[in-house]
Amino acid sequence: MSGSIHKTAPPHAGSTAYINARIVDPTADSEYRGAILISDGKIADFGPNLFVSGAPYGIESVDCRGLVLAPGVVDTRVHTGEPGEEHKETLESAGAAAAAGGITSLVLLPDNEPPFDDASLIEFVARRARLIKLVNMYAYGALTVGLEGKELAEIGLLAEAGAVAFTDADHAVGSAQVMRRALYYCKAFDALIVHLPQEPTLSGGHMTSGEMATRLGLSGNPPLAEVMMVERDIRLVEMTGGKMHLAKISTAESVAVIAAAKARGLKITCDTAAPYFALNDLAVGDYRTFGKLVPPLRAEKDRAAIVEGLRSGVIDAIVSDHRPQDQDSKRVPFAQALPGGIGLETLLPISLELAHNGHLTLPQLFQRLSSTPARLFGLPGGRLAKGAPADLVVFDADYAWQIDRTDLWSKTKNTPFDERPVQGRVMATIVGGRTIYRDDSFVTAAAAA
Amino acid sequence: MGLPRLPHLLGIEGLAPETISGLLDLSENYIDQNRSIDKRRDMLAGRTVINLFFENSTRTRTSFEVAAKRLGSDVINMDVATSSVRKGETLLDTAMTLNAMRPDAIVVRHHESGAVNLLSQKVNCAVINAGDGQHEHPTQALLDALTIRRRRGSLQGLLVAICGDIMHSRVARSNIHLLQIMGARVRVVGPPTLMPTDIDKMGVEVHYNMKSGLADVDIVMMLRLQTERMQGTFVPSISEYFHFFGLDHAKLKYAKPDALIMHPGPMNRGVEIDSEVADDLDRSVIHEQVEMGVAVRMACLEALIGGRRNQIGAVA
Repeated sequence: MSGSIHKTAPPHAGSTAYINARIVDPTADSEYRGAILISDGKIADFGPNLFVSGAPYGIESVDCRGLVLAPGVVDTRVHTGEPGEEHKETLESAGAAAAAGGITSLVLLPDNEPPFDDASLIEFVARRARLIKLVNMYAYGALTVGLEGKELAEIGLLAEAGAVAFTDADHAVGSAQVMRRALYYCKAFDALIVHLPQEPTLSGGHMTSGEMATRLGLSGNPPLAEVMMVERDIRLVEMTGGKMHLAKISTAESVAVIAAAKARGLKITCDTAAPYFALNDLAVGDYRTFGKLVPPLRAEKDRAAIVEGLRSGVIDAIVSDHRPQDQDSKRVPFAQALPGGIGLETLLPISLELAHNGHLTLPQLFQRLSSTPARLFGLPGGRLAKGAPADLVVFDADYAWQIDRTDLWSKTKNTPFDERPVQGRVMATIVGGRTIYRDDSFVTAAAAA
Repeated sequence: MGLPRLPHLLGIEGLAPETISGLLDLSENYIDQNRSIDKRRDMLAGRTVINLFFENSTRTRTSFEVAAKRLGSDVINMDVATSSVRKGETLLDTAMTLNAMRPDAIVVRHHESGAVNLLSQKVNCAVINAGDGQHEHPTQALLDALTIRRRRGSLQGLLVAICGDIMHSRVARSNIHLLQIMGARVRVVGPPTLMPTDIDKMGVEVHYNMKSGLADVDIVMMLRLQTERMQGTFVPSISEYFHFFGLDHAKLKYAKPDALIMHPGPMNRGVEIDSEVADDLDRSVIHEQVEMGVAVRMACLEALIGGRRNQIGAVA
């Protein structure tokens, strides 16, 4: 690893100017050469005309030398092992991995042991995050008790305790009646439901249905299992007037159906995870369990449709879907392997492929990575605005490197992107004005002094 | 022998036609040996073959055991029912434990697709796939090919119907690969619920009824209905299945008059095959398949570990 984590950095006080940066402002949909001034952990000023001849005397100044400076990534789908499976990942190791990946806020899925269906667990996460002093950590509340899809969890109390949205994580709610009630009930609290659309009775397979699954002799999960649940959810949202965010969209048909629902004005938004626009089902050839994900990696035509959905804006956001699994969970026959891949440190470099390949501009990419997820989940970061928290990432957009799973900060190394050549490397991650991660080659004025 | 050295035999997919014919040629040598009074040679004397079967098997395990012993090898049968696997040991720990005992070959059957590939990555001896989940069963396809080749001279240009439970069958997949590599045309015949998705992309013709499926075929391969692998309903009843997809003399009339009947065994009489057809000595080559199985497995053992005394560890 060529960077370091700075957990002990003191709270930001006074003023720091990041000058000579290529600033990406997603909400203004613009990028320019300029500076950002941070005062007491918040963005005090920013723009192309700020400090053009250097920061005034008395203000700490960091010369970004043309590197990109953007709002930190807001990753709304992260699983860690704490509490329950700390040997896979703790909140602290996830915080370090997030910091190294340019993520400044993350939202934790509720499918731990125990699941977050009780307000005390939401408070536990908040307390631990304060102690760890790395990235901002928020938590989902469970949508149903025990994530079993039967009885509604205490959504109001969980929201009061700080839950930012409600989901049963990778468990789809199979009962239309339960989902209908959840959508109605959440209206009282203006709570957001995040649902993984997979028809449970059709999604028991181990990889996507098709020729590859047939050759490998693995039972399949058809793309249809996703779109039929998307269609059901759209009907329920229309009927209830509720709002829903669909998670990890992976198929071409889903993108088309969601586009039509949005055109009808329904309160539907969605995200995808990095593997679904960067990989297809060839990644599980030869029974590679690191490519076993939920939903499964799809065919190439689906991958291309996800890229197009991100370009057109039908897909609002990108998540890492970080899910650590240890060797014992992955080095077993494919059908027995637990699904999931780590993604905190690879989210930004993999997503930058969309910009390098001309599908998205950098401001558009940071809408998907930062400003839109922050807005949908009601989080304070993810944008450049006076008074907003100084949650920022400095990165070299062109730096070429190869992902090596043994170099990652996460406790487990189950990345589906091992050995992939990528372009773009985080140089510094700033949360509330504190530099919590810095690459060795990025020497700030303060460090040099 | 011009056969390229194989590190393992994990599947048929990807094998060159020369490799397959080479293995079949090698097998031919053993048929007479197996029919003579003195059946034993010492080609593999001093070698150790471990039969590691995670799934119950009488026929295949016995066939491998007979094959190895007739070449002079020591054979150990790992009874998984009483082994530490039942005590929670992982597949890879079992593999590495056995590997430490320095066998020359491990013959593996496992109920999960890909398990044998995984195991082969962790040992430095030859691994033979004796059936993994719904993936491949390469020695079955080779013995089927040997049986057909001896009856018909060649596989080139033959039309073969594989019938029944295609979805759950590793035998079907290995045969689809092998028959097509060797120039035969393949049909799969069965109810749509037992057809894997996109099976046509493997180059086969798909038929949902026996009349069109068996029309003019040279070979009829029946598969066992694998009810133990089925979760939920795939066919309404055994009697309905037999009525539409069981092979009896009436349905056999659609095939060529001299079409051969094959079955990998064990047969479910009255489910996928009628006893009269199965026992028809003019048409059924089911017992010949079993005989060829021993010869093919001897050839595979020779190809993998013959003439390499003390080199196995050095290679890996």
